[in-house]
Amino acid sequence: MSLRATHREAGQVTIVELSGRIVLGDGSALLRKTIRGLLEDQRKKILLNLADVDYIDSSGIGELVSGFTAVKNQSGDLKLLHLTKKVRDLLQITKLYTVFDVYTDESTALRSFN
Amino acid sequence: MASDTKHLEVTLETQVESVNLAEEMCLRVAEAAGFGEDDCYRIGMSVREGVINAFHYGNQERPEKKIYLVVDITADKMVIHVLDEGQGFRLADVPDPLAEENLLSTSGRGIFLMRAFMDEFEVLPGRTGGAEIVMSKKLPSPGGGSANGQGGQEAAPQQGA
Repeated sequence: MSLRATHREAGQVTIVELSGRIVLGDGSALLRKTIRGLLEDQRKKILLNLADVDYIDSSGIGELVSGFTAVKNQSGDLKLLHLTKKVRDLLQITKLYTVFDVYTDESTALRSFN
Repeated sequence: MASDTKHLEVTLETQVESVNLAEEMCLRVAEAAGFGEDDCYRIGMSVREGVINAFHYGNQERPEKKIYLVVDITADKMVIHVLDEGQGFRLADVPDPLAEENLLSTSGRGIFLMRAFMDEFEVLPGRTGGAEIVMSKKLPSPGGGSANGQGGQEAAPQQGA
């Protein structure tokens, strides 16, 4: 299943809803395009909802890290919401779980940007 | 006549689509061999990463080069070979993605994931001069069943190179 991405605004925070697989090719490219597009629009507080993402490969991990770094470099924040078990396990074994701010509740995640 | 060893050999183009194709083929073999859902995920991911490695690092995304995928089901394990036509590499030269200085690297986690997800993993000098990744996963115990309930009865597909 290819990746789909939509986004909505919640105050200054942009919530990006992702569904599908973030893998080498179109999935990683779409994630990159989405984050870069938000930064161009000066949307620098980004919450990625990964509830419907059940598969990420090393390319997808690299794209998440790349997005995180790009947002940080513009003094913004990129945080993660609703990880599936597979994605959480993947971030844990790659030690990235401690790098990203990860939330299980949207309102808590939104408050953390303030 | 039934055989304890089943063999799949495929030559793949150096293109992104080969990553998905290799993953799908190996998932079918793994399911037929009786692996459960979690192990199938680990095997599928490892094959993806092996072919991504061959596509990007080995063959440098050059379309005239090939990727050779071989899968064997032996009496006790599933063995996967991924061979490229690049320059080869030594595992000792691969940076540790868990090192503090590499945590925010945007690449370099494929080898780590294959090592984490498979029971055995090594990189050999291939007959093409490139790298040959060899990795294996022990077959589920007989009668252990599988999470998807499709374990162990089908023969692995046969496909020529």
